[in-house]
Amino acid sequence: MSNIRVLVGTRKGAFILTADGTRKRWKVRGPHFAGWEIYHVKGSPVDPSRVYASQTSGWFGQIIQRSDDGGKTWNTPGSSAEELKSPDGMPKGESNKFVYDTSPETGKPLTTHQWYDGTQHPWEFKRVWHLEPSLDDPDTVYAGVEDAALFRTTDGGKSWHEFAGLRGSDTGPKWQPGAGGMCLHTILLDPKNPQRMYIAISAAGAFRTDDGGKTWRPINRGLHSQYIPDPNAEVGHCVHRIAMHPSRPNTLFMQKHWDVMRTDDSGDSWQEVSDNLPSDFGFPIDVHAHEPETIYVVPIKSDSEHYPPNSRLRVYRSRTGGNEWEALTKGLPQRNCYVNVLRDAMSVDSLEPCGIYFGTTGGQVYTSADAGDSWKPIVRDLPAVLSVEVQTLP
Amino acid sequence: MIRVVLPPHLRTLARVDGEVELEVKTPVTQRSVLDALEAQYPMLRGTIRDHVTRLRRPMVRFFACGEDLSHEPPDVPLPDVIAKGSEPFLIIGAIAGG
Repeated sequence: MSNIRVLVGTRKGAFILTADGTRKRWKVRGPHFAGWEIYHVKGSPVDPSRVYASQTSGWFGQIIQRSDDGGKTWNTPGSSAEELKSPDGMPKGESNKFVYDTSPETGKPLTTHQWYDGTQHPWEFKRVWHLEPSLDDPDTVYAGVEDAALFRTTDGGKSWHEFAGLRGSDTGPKWQPGAGGMCLHTILLDPKNPQRMYIAISAAGAFRTDDGGKTWRPINRGLHSQYIPDPNAEVGHCVHRIAMHPSRPNTLFMQKHWDVMRTDDSGDSWQEVSDNLPSDFGFPIDVHAHEPETIYVVPIKSDSEHYPPNSRLRVYRSRTGGNEWEALTKGLPQRNCYVNVLRDAMSVDSLEPCGIYFGTTGGQVYTSADAGDSWKPIVRDLPAVLSVEVQTLP
Repeated sequence: MIRVVLPPHLRTLARVDGEVELEVKTPVTQRSVLDALEAQYPMLRGTIRDHVTRLRRPMVRFFACGEDLSHEPPDVPLPDVIAKGSEPFLIIGAIAGG
Protein backbone atom coordinates (compact mmCIF):
# COMPACT_ATOMS: atom_id res chain seq x y z
CA MET A 1 0.00 0.00 0.00
CA SER A 2 1.21 3.51 -0.72
CA ASN A 3 2.18 5.90 2.02
CA ILE A 4 1.72 9.63 2.31
CA ARG A 5 4.25 12.11 3.61
CA VAL A 6 3.11 15.70 4.11
CA LEU A 7 5.89 18.29 4.40
CA VAL A 8 4.75 21.33 6.35
CA GLY A 9 6.68 24.58 6.63
CA THR A 10 5.62 26.94 9.43
CA ARG A 11 6.67 30.19 11.06
CA LYS A 12 8.50 28.23 13.76
CA GLY A 13 9.81 25.06 12.17
CA ALA A 14 9.05 22.18 9.82
CA PHE A 15 6.76 19.27 10.55
CA ILE A 16 6.37 15.96 8.75
CA LEU A 17 3.01 14.21 8.81
CA THR A 18 2.82 10.59 7.68
CA ALA A 19 0.05 8.06 7.11
CA ASP A 20 -0.57 4.93 5.11
CA GLY A 21 -2.72 4.99 2.01
CA THR A 22 -5.96 4.94 3.96
CA ARG A 23 -5.03 8.45 5.18
CA LYS A 24 -6.84 7.91 8.46
CA ARG A 25 -4.17 7.73 11.17
CA TRP A 26 -1.41 10.28 11.11
CA LYS A 27 1.93 10.60 12.85
CA VAL A 28 3.30 14.08 13.41
CA ARG A 29 7.08 14.60 13.63
CA GLY A 30 8.84 17.86 14.37
CA PRO A 31 9.54 20.61 14.75
CA HIS A 32 12.65 20.42 12.65
CA PHE A 33 14.67 23.66 12.75
CA ALA A 34 12.62 24.83 15.72
CA GLY A 35 12.13 28.56 15.92
CA TRP A 36 13.11 29.26 12.31
CA GLU A 37 10.75 30.26 9.53
CA ILE A 38 10.43 27.42 7.06
CA TYR A 39 9.08 28.89 3.88
CA HIS A 40 9.06 25.69 1.87
CA VAL A 41 9.89 22.00 2.07
CA LYS A 42 9.70 19.86 -1.04
CA GLY A 43 10.88 16.41 -2.11
CA SER A 44 12.43 15.29 -5.36
CA PRO A 45 9.99 13.55 -7.70
CA VAL A 46 12.88 11.33 -8.82
CA ASP A 47 14.10 10.33 -5.36
CA PRO A 48 11.45 10.84 -2.66
CA SER A 49 14.05 10.40 0.07
CA ARG A 50 15.74 13.60 -1.11
CA VAL A 51 13.99 16.55 0.51
CA TYR A 52 15.01 20.20 0.48
CA ALA A 53 13.98 22.89 2.95
CA SER A 54 14.27 26.67 2.97
CA GLN A 55 15.08 27.77 6.53
CA THR A 56 15.20 31.50 7.14
CA SER A 57 15.42 34.11 9.86
CA GLY A 58 15.29 37.87 10.09
CA TRP A 59 18.36 37.65 12.32
CA PHE A 60 20.57 35.05 10.70
CA GLY A 61 19.45 34.99 7.08
CA GLN A 62 19.00 32.05 4.76
CA ILE A 63 19.87 28.39 5.33
CA ILE A 64 19.27 25.54 2.89
CA GLN A 65 18.75 22.13 4.45
CA ARG A 66 18.77 18.79 2.71
CA SER A 67 17.62 15.37 3.83
CA ASP A 68 18.61 12.15 2.11
CA ASP A 69 16.37 9.95 4.23
CA GLY A 70 12.93 11.41 3.80
CA GLY A 71 13.23 14.07 6.49
CA LYS A 72 14.56 12.01 9.39
CA THR A 73 17.97 13.71 9.39
CA TRP A 74 19.11 16.96 7.81
CA ASN A 75 22.34 18.66 6.80
CA THR A 76 23.34 21.88 5.14
CA PRO A 77 24.45 20.64 1.69
CA GLY A 78 28.17 20.24 1.15
CA SER A 79 29.01 20.03 4.84
CA SER A 80 31.03 16.83 4.78
CA ALA A 81 34.72 17.30 5.62
CA GLU A 82 36.04 16.72 2.12
CA GLU A 83 33.55 19.15 0.63
CA LEU A 84 34.34 22.04 2.89
CA LYS A 85 37.69 23.32 1.70
CA SER A 86 38.10 25.43 -1.38
CA PRO A 87 41.49 25.50 -3.18
CA ASP A 88 42.58 28.56 -1.19
CA GLY A 89 41.92 26.76 2.08
CA MET A 90 38.87 28.76 3.10
CA PRO A 91 35.69 26.87 3.88
CA LYS A 92 33.10 26.82 1.13
CA GLY A 93 29.89 26.82 3.14
CA GLU A 94 28.06 28.22 0.14
CA SER A 95 24.78 26.33 0.32
CA ASN A 96 23.14 29.53 1.56
CA LYS A 97 25.00 31.89 -0.78
CA PHE A 98 22.54 33.51 -3.17
CA VAL A 99 24.39 36.25 -5.01
CA TYR A 100 22.79 38.08 -7.91
CA ASP A 101 24.65 37.70 -11.16
CA THR A 102 26.27 40.96 -12.21
CA SER A 103 28.74 39.61 -14.73
CA PRO A 104 28.68 41.43 -18.08
CA GLU A 105 28.77 38.22 -20.11
CA THR A 106 25.36 37.10 -18.88
CA GLY A 107 23.58 39.87 -20.70
CA LYS A 108 22.02 42.85 -18.99
CA PRO A 109 22.30 42.37 -15.25
CA LEU A 110 19.93 44.76 -13.54
CA THR A 111 20.76 46.58 -10.39
CA THR A 112 17.44 48.22 -9.52
CA HIS A 113 13.70 47.65 -9.42
CA GLN A 114 10.78 49.87 -8.51
CA TRP A 115 10.46 50.68 -4.81
CA TYR A 116 7.28 51.50 -2.88
CA ASP A 117 7.79 55.22 -3.41
CA GLY A 118 8.32 54.88 -7.15
CA THR A 119 12.08 55.31 -7.00
CA GLN A 120 14.49 52.67 -8.20
CA HIS A 121 15.94 50.37 -5.52
CA PRO A 122 18.81 47.88 -5.65
CA TRP A 123 18.12 44.18 -5.57
CA GLU A 124 18.77 42.73 -2.09
CA PHE A 125 18.55 39.03 -1.35
CA LYS A 126 16.27 38.30 1.58
CA ARG A 127 15.10 34.67 1.51
CA VAL A 128 14.11 31.65 -0.54
CA TRP A 129 10.35 31.37 -0.90
CA HIS A 130 10.06 28.28 -3.03
CA LEU A 131 12.22 25.26 -3.89
CA GLU A 132 11.28 23.27 -6.99
CA PRO A 133 13.24 20.05 -7.43
CA SER A 134 13.95 18.98 -11.01
CA LEU A 135 11.72 16.40 -12.63
CA ASP A 136 14.65 14.17 -13.58
CA ASP A 137 17.67 14.89 -11.34
CA PRO A 138 17.61 14.89 -7.53
CA ASP A 139 20.69 17.16 -7.41
CA THR A 140 19.04 19.89 -9.48
CA VAL A 141 16.69 22.29 -7.73
CA TYR A 142 15.28 25.68 -8.71
CA ALA A 143 14.88 28.36 -6.05
CA GLY A 144 12.54 31.33 -6.20
CA VAL A 145 13.84 34.12 -4.02
CA GLU A 146 13.03 37.56 -2.63
CA ASP A 147 14.02 40.05 -4.08
CA ALA A 148 12.62 38.31 -7.10
CA ALA A 149 15.03 36.13 -9.01
CA LEU A 150 15.44 32.51 -10.02
CA PHE A 151 18.43 30.44 -8.92
CA ARG A 152 19.42 26.84 -9.59
CA THR A 153 21.69 24.29 -8.00
CA THR A 154 22.99 21.29 -9.92
CA ASP A 155 25.07 19.88 -7.08
CA GLY A 156 22.42 19.03 -4.54
CA GLY A 157 22.26 22.45 -2.95
CA LYS A 158 25.96 23.05 -2.34
CA SER A 159 26.05 26.09 -4.61
CA TRP A 160 23.48 28.26 -6.39
CA HIS A 161 23.60 30.34 -9.57
CA GLU A 162 21.14 32.86 -10.91
CA PHE A 163 19.27 32.80 -14.21
CA ALA A 164 20.15 36.41 -14.84
CA GLY A 165 18.11 36.58 -18.03
CA LEU A 166 14.92 36.82 -15.99
CA ARG A 167 15.89 40.07 -14.25
CA GLY A 168 17.46 41.17 -17.50
CA SER A 169 14.24 40.84 -19.46
CA ASP A 170 13.79 44.62 -19.82
CA THR A 171 10.78 44.76 -17.52
CA GLY A 172 12.78 44.37 -14.27
CA PRO A 173 12.79 48.10 -13.42
CA LYS A 174 8.96 47.99 -13.43
CA TRP A 175 8.68 45.14 -10.91
CA GLN A 176 7.68 46.19 -7.44
CA PRO A 177 7.19 44.51 -4.09
CA GLY A 178 3.75 43.42 -2.93
CA ALA A 179 2.78 43.50 0.72
CA GLY A 180 4.75 40.32 1.34
CA GLY A 181 7.85 41.54 -0.44
CA MET A 182 8.99 41.16 -4.04
CA CYS A 183 9.10 37.40 -4.20
CA LEU A 184 9.39 34.78 -6.89
CA HIS A 185 7.00 32.22 -5.43
CA THR A 186 5.90 29.91 -8.23
CA ILE A 187 8.08 27.68 -10.42
CA LEU A 188 6.42 25.27 -12.84
CA LEU A 189 8.52 22.86 -14.89
CA ASP A 190 6.99 21.65 -18.14
CA PRO A 191 7.17 17.83 -18.07
CA LYS A 192 6.83 17.63 -21.86
CA ASN A 193 9.32 20.33 -22.78
CA PRO A 194 12.47 20.61 -20.65
CA GLN A 195 13.28 23.97 -22.22
CA ARG A 196 10.06 25.52 -20.92
CA MET A 197 9.47 26.88 -17.42
CA TYR A 198 6.91 29.23 -15.93
CA ILE A 199 7.51 31.44 -12.92
CA ALA A 200 5.43 34.05 -11.11
CA ILE A 201 6.43 37.09 -9.12
CA SER A 202 4.49 39.30 -6.76
CA ALA A 203 4.09 42.01 -7.97
CA ALA A 204 5.34 41.65 -11.49
CA GLY A 205 3.33 38.81 -12.99
CA ALA A 206 3.96 35.56 -14.82
CA PHE A 207 6.93 34.83 -17.08
CA ARG A 208 7.90 32.00 -19.40
CA THR A 209 11.15 30.73 -20.83
CA ASP A 210 11.33 28.50 -23.89
CA ASP A 211 15.11 28.15 -23.95
CA GLY A 212 15.90 26.56 -20.59
CA GLY A 213 16.03 29.81 -18.65
CA LYS A 214 18.30 31.98 -20.80
CA THR A 215 15.59 34.38 -21.90
CA TRP A 216 12.18 35.16 -20.44
CA ARG A 217 9.13 37.07 -21.46
CA PRO A 218 6.13 38.28 -19.49
CA ILE A 219 2.91 36.34 -20.13
CA ASN A 220 0.27 38.58 -18.61
CA ARG A 221 -2.03 39.42 -21.52
CA GLY A 222 -5.61 39.21 -20.29
CA LEU A 223 -4.80 40.00 -16.67
CA HIS A 224 -6.66 43.06 -15.44
CA SER A 225 -5.56 44.67 -12.17
CA GLN A 226 -7.37 47.77 -10.94
CA TYR A 227 -4.68 48.49 -8.35
CA ILE A 228 -2.01 49.49 -10.89
CA PRO A 229 -2.09 52.65 -13.02
CA ASP A 230 -2.60 50.72 -16.27
CA PRO A 231 -4.82 47.76 -15.34
CA ASN A 232 -3.71 45.89 -18.46
CA ALA A 233 0.02 46.60 -18.15
CA GLU A 234 2.59 44.16 -19.42
CA VAL A 235 3.95 43.71 -15.87
CA GLY A 236 2.99 44.83 -12.38
CA HIS A 237 0.26 42.27 -11.67
CA CYS A 238 0.19 40.66 -8.25
CA VAL A 239 0.00 37.00 -9.21
CA HIS A 240 -0.45 34.88 -6.10
CA ARG A 241 -0.10 31.37 -7.46
CA ILE A 242 -0.18 29.34 -10.67
CA ALA A 243 -0.99 25.63 -10.97
CA MET A 244 -0.61 23.14 -13.81
CA HIS A 245 -1.66 19.54 -14.40
CA PRO A 246 1.35 17.60 -15.72
CA SER A 247 -0.68 16.05 -18.53
CA ARG A 248 -1.61 19.49 -19.92
CA PRO A 249 1.33 21.82 -19.49
CA ASN A 250 -0.13 24.41 -21.85
CA THR A 251 -3.08 24.97 -19.53
CA LEU A 252 -2.39 27.00 -16.40
CA PHE A 253 -4.67 28.14 -13.61
CA MET A 254 -3.91 31.33 -11.70
CA GLN A 255 -5.07 32.82 -8.44
CA LYS A 256 -4.33 36.50 -8.80
CA HIS A 257 -4.57 39.15 -6.08
CA TRP A 258 -8.12 39.43 -7.30
CA ASP A 259 -9.47 37.09 -10.04
CA VAL A 260 -9.05 33.43 -10.83
CA MET A 261 -7.71 33.01 -14.36
CA ARG A 262 -6.85 30.30 -16.87
CA THR A 263 -4.83 30.05 -20.04
CA ASP A 264 -4.85 27.30 -22.64
CA ASP A 265 -2.03 28.67 -24.75
CA SER A 266 0.89 28.58 -22.30
CA GLY A 267 0.16 32.02 -20.95
CA ASP A 268 -0.11 33.89 -24.24
CA SER A 269 -3.62 34.91 -23.20
CA TRP A 270 -5.62 34.57 -19.99
CA GLN A 271 -9.37 34.46 -19.32
CA GLU A 272 -11.10 35.05 -16.04
CA VAL A 273 -12.93 32.01 -14.60
CA SER A 274 -13.98 33.38 -11.20
CA ASP A 275 -17.73 33.54 -11.95
CA ASN A 276 -19.76 32.38 -8.91
CA LEU A 277 -17.01 32.41 -6.31
CA PRO A 278 -18.03 34.37 -3.19
CA SER A 279 -14.74 36.25 -3.48
CA ASP A 280 -12.13 35.90 -6.18
CA PHE A 281 -9.36 37.04 -3.85
CA GLY A 282 -7.19 34.28 -2.42
CA PHE A 283 -3.76 32.74 -2.45
CA PRO A 284 -3.47 29.04 -3.33
CA ILE A 285 -4.81 27.20 -6.35
CA ASP A 286 -4.27 23.55 -7.21
CA VAL A 287 -5.34 20.87 -9.67
CA HIS A 288 -6.76 17.40 -8.97
CA ALA A 289 -4.15 14.70 -9.59
CA HIS A 290 -6.30 12.72 -12.05
CA GLU A 291 -8.77 15.27 -13.42
CA PRO A 292 -7.02 18.13 -15.25
CA GLU A 293 -10.17 20.27 -15.27
CA THR A 294 -10.86 19.92 -11.54
CA ILE A 295 -9.33 22.80 -9.62
CA TYR A 296 -9.41 24.12 -6.06
CA VAL A 297 -9.19 27.57 -4.51
CA VAL A 298 -9.80 29.01 -1.04
CA PRO A 299 -11.68 32.32 -1.33
CA ILE A 300 -10.58 35.03 1.08
CA LYS A 301 -12.74 38.05 1.87
CA SER A 302 -10.45 40.78 0.56
CA ASP A 303 -6.92 42.08 0.38
CA SER A 304 -7.48 44.04 3.56
CA GLU A 305 -9.35 41.29 5.42
CA HIS A 306 -7.33 38.12 5.07
CA TYR A 307 -9.91 35.64 6.30
CA PRO A 308 -12.75 33.66 4.72
CA PRO A 309 -15.99 35.40 3.69
CA ASN A 310 -18.61 35.26 6.46
CA SER A 311 -15.99 33.60 8.72
CA ARG A 312 -16.74 30.24 7.05
CA LEU A 313 -13.74 28.27 5.82
CA ARG A 314 -14.70 26.85 2.44
CA VAL A 315 -12.65 25.30 -0.31
CA TYR A 316 -14.21 25.85 -3.71
CA ARG A 317 -13.96 23.20 -6.40
CA SER A 318 -14.64 23.54 -10.08
CA ARG A 319 -14.94 20.39 -12.17
CA THR A 320 -15.13 22.47 -15.34
CA GLY A 321 -11.79 24.22 -15.19
CA GLY A 322 -13.37 27.31 -13.67
CA ASN A 323 -16.56 29.39 -13.82
CA GLU A 324 -18.78 26.78 -12.14
CA TRP A 325 -17.72 26.49 -8.52
CA GLU A 326 -19.11 24.47 -5.62
CA ALA A 327 -18.42 25.09 -1.95
CA LEU A 328 -16.79 22.26 0.00
CA THR A 329 -17.64 22.64 3.66
CA LYS A 330 -18.02 19.24 5.29
CA GLY A 331 -15.59 19.05 8.20
CA LEU A 332 -14.39 22.65 7.86
CA PRO A 333 -15.30 25.33 10.43
CA GLN A 334 -18.40 27.19 9.31
CA ARG A 335 -18.46 29.85 11.98
CA ASN A 336 -16.00 32.17 13.71
CA CYS A 337 -13.14 31.21 11.44
CA TYR A 338 -10.58 33.93 10.70
CA VAL A 339 -7.60 32.06 9.30
CA ASN A 340 -5.88 32.52 5.97
CA VAL A 341 -4.43 29.93 3.60
CA LEU A 342 -1.15 31.07 2.07
CA ARG A 343 -0.08 30.57 -1.53
CA ASP A 344 2.20 27.56 -1.04
CA ALA A 345 -0.01 25.90 1.56
CA MET A 346 -2.11 23.60 -0.65
CA SER A 347 -1.14 20.34 -2.30
CA VAL A 348 -2.58 17.08 -3.63
CA ASP A 349 -1.57 13.43 -3.44
CA SER A 350 -1.83 11.01 -6.35
CA LEU A 351 -3.88 8.28 -4.70
CA GLU A 352 -7.34 7.27 -5.83
CA PRO A 353 -9.46 9.08 -4.83
CA CYS A 354 -7.22 12.13 -4.90
CA GLY A 355 -6.29 13.60 -1.53
CA ILE A 356 -6.29 17.37 -1.03
CA TYR A 357 -4.32 19.09 1.74
CA PHE A 358 -4.03 22.63 2.99
CA GLY A 359 -2.61 24.46 5.99
CA THR A 360 -3.81 27.63 7.65
CA THR A 361 -2.30 30.59 9.42
CA GLY A 362 -4.06 29.23 12.52
CA GLY A 363 -1.86 26.15 12.48
CA GLN A 364 -4.36 23.59 11.19
CA VAL A 365 -3.51 21.16 8.41
CA TYR A 366 -6.68 19.79 6.83
CA THR A 367 -6.94 16.80 4.55
CA SER A 368 -9.62 15.38 2.34
CA ALA A 369 -9.27 11.77 1.21
CA ASP A 370 -12.22 12.10 -1.18
CA ALA A 371 -11.16 14.90 -3.51
CA GLY A 372 -12.64 17.58 -1.28
CA ASP A 373 -16.07 16.16 -0.43
CA SER A 374 -15.17 15.94 3.26
CA TRP A 375 -12.35 17.25 5.41
CA LYS A 376 -10.70 16.62 8.73
CA PRO A 377 -7.73 18.16 10.49
CA ILE A 378 -4.55 16.12 10.66
CA VAL A 379 -3.22 18.51 13.28
CA ARG A 380 -4.75 21.65 14.76
CA ASP A 381 -2.23 23.70 16.66
CA LEU A 382 0.97 24.11 14.68
CA PRO A 383 2.55 27.53 14.21
CA ALA A 384 1.16 29.47 11.24
CA VAL A 385 1.52 27.27 8.17
CA LEU A 386 3.52 28.71 5.29
CA SER A 387 3.68 25.72 2.97
CA VAL A 388 2.29 22.24 2.44
CA GLU A 389 3.69 19.69 0.02
CA VAL A 390 2.65 16.06 -0.34
CA GLN A 391 4.68 13.07 -1.35
CA THR A 392 2.89 9.90 -2.46
CA LEU A 393 5.31 7.11 -1.65
CA PRO A 394 5.28 3.59 -3.10
CA MET B 1 42.04 29.86 23.03
CA ILE B 2 39.36 32.39 22.20
CA ARG B 3 35.96 31.74 23.73
CA VAL B 4 32.88 32.57 21.66
CA VAL B 5 29.28 32.40 22.79
CA LEU B 6 26.81 31.88 19.96
CA PRO B 7 23.09 32.67 20.09
CA PRO B 8 20.92 29.56 20.60
CA HIS B 9 19.79 29.23 16.96
CA LEU B 10 23.37 29.28 15.72
CA ARG B 11 24.47 26.79 18.38
CA THR B 12 21.79 24.45 17.00
CA LEU B 13 22.90 25.08 13.44
CA ALA B 14 26.56 24.47 14.30
CA ARG B 15 25.62 21.52 16.51
CA VAL B 16 27.51 22.75 19.54
CA ASP B 17 26.61 23.10 23.19
CA GLY B 18 27.83 25.97 25.32
CA GLU B 19 30.82 28.06 24.34
CA VAL B 20 32.96 27.51 21.26
CA GLU B 21 36.75 27.58 21.63
CA LEU B 22 38.85 28.74 18.71
CA GLU B 23 42.52 29.03 17.83
CA VAL B 24 42.90 32.56 16.47
CA LYS B 25 46.08 34.10 15.09
CA THR B 26 47.13 37.45 16.51
CA PRO B 27 46.11 40.16 16.33
CA VAL B 28 42.78 38.99 17.67
CA THR B 29 40.11 41.09 16.00
CA GLN B 30 36.42 40.72 15.11
CA ARG B 31 37.48 39.69 11.63
CA SER B 32 40.04 37.09 12.74
CA VAL B 33 37.63 35.62 15.30
CA LEU B 34 34.83 35.36 12.72
CA ASP B 35 37.20 33.93 10.10
CA ALA B 36 38.27 31.23 12.56
CA LEU B 37 34.68 30.58 13.59
CA GLU B 38 33.50 30.16 9.99
CA ALA B 39 36.49 27.96 9.17
CA GLN B 40 35.60 25.60 11.99
CA TYR B 41 31.84 25.82 11.43
CA PRO B 42 31.23 26.55 7.72
CA MET B 43 27.48 26.25 8.13
CA LEU B 44 27.66 29.60 9.94
CA ARG B 45 28.91 31.42 6.85
CA GLY B 46 26.35 34.02 5.84
CA THR B 47 24.49 33.88 9.15
CA ILE B 48 26.61 36.40 11.10
CA ARG B 49 28.00 38.51 8.28
CA ASP B 50 27.12 38.80 4.64
CA HIS B 51 28.72 36.31 2.26
CA VAL B 52 29.97 38.99 -0.12
CA THR B 53 30.33 42.27 1.77
CA ARG B 54 31.50 40.53 4.98
CA LEU B 55 29.50 43.13 6.90
CA ARG B 56 27.70 42.20 10.12
CA ARG B 57 24.07 41.29 9.55
CA PRO B 58 21.84 44.11 10.83
CA MET B 59 20.22 42.16 13.67
CA VAL B 60 23.40 40.56 14.97
CA ARG B 61 25.50 42.29 17.65
CA PHE B 62 28.96 41.70 19.14
CA PHE B 63 29.42 42.21 22.89
CA ALA B 64 32.54 41.82 25.04
CA CYS B 65 33.47 42.91 28.55
CA GLY B 66 30.14 44.64 29.02
CA GLU B 67 30.57 46.74 25.88
CA ASP B 68 28.77 46.72 22.54
CA LEU B 69 31.55 46.40 19.97
CA SER B 70 29.21 46.01 16.99
CA HIS B 71 30.20 49.30 15.43
CA GLU B 72 33.95 48.89 15.95
CA PRO B 73 35.92 48.45 12.72
CA PRO B 74 36.50 44.72 12.12
CA ASP B 75 40.29 44.96 12.27
CA VAL B 76 40.56 46.75 15.62
CA PRO B 77 42.16 44.42 18.20
CA LEU B 78 39.70 43.03 20.72
CA PRO B 79 40.34 43.58 24.46
CA ASP B 80 43.20 41.57 25.96
CA VAL B 81 40.86 39.55 28.15
CA ILE B 82 39.18 38.27 24.98
CA ALA B 83 42.52 37.51 23.34
CA LYS B 84 43.64 35.63 26.46
CA GLY B 85 40.39 33.72 26.71
CA SER B 86 39.48 34.92 30.20
CA GLU B 87 36.32 36.58 28.87
CA PRO B 88 34.10 35.34 26.02
CA PHE B 89 33.25 37.18 22.79
CA LEU B 90 29.46 37.25 22.62
CA ILE B 91 27.52 37.04 19.35
CA ILE B 92 23.96 38.15 20.03
CA GLY B 93 20.73 38.03 18.09
CA ALA B 94 19.09 41.42 18.59
CA ILE B 95 16.18 41.34 21.02
CA ALA B 96 13.28 41.99 18.66
CA GLY B 97 10.18 40.29 17.40
CA GLY B 98 9.02 36.77 18.16
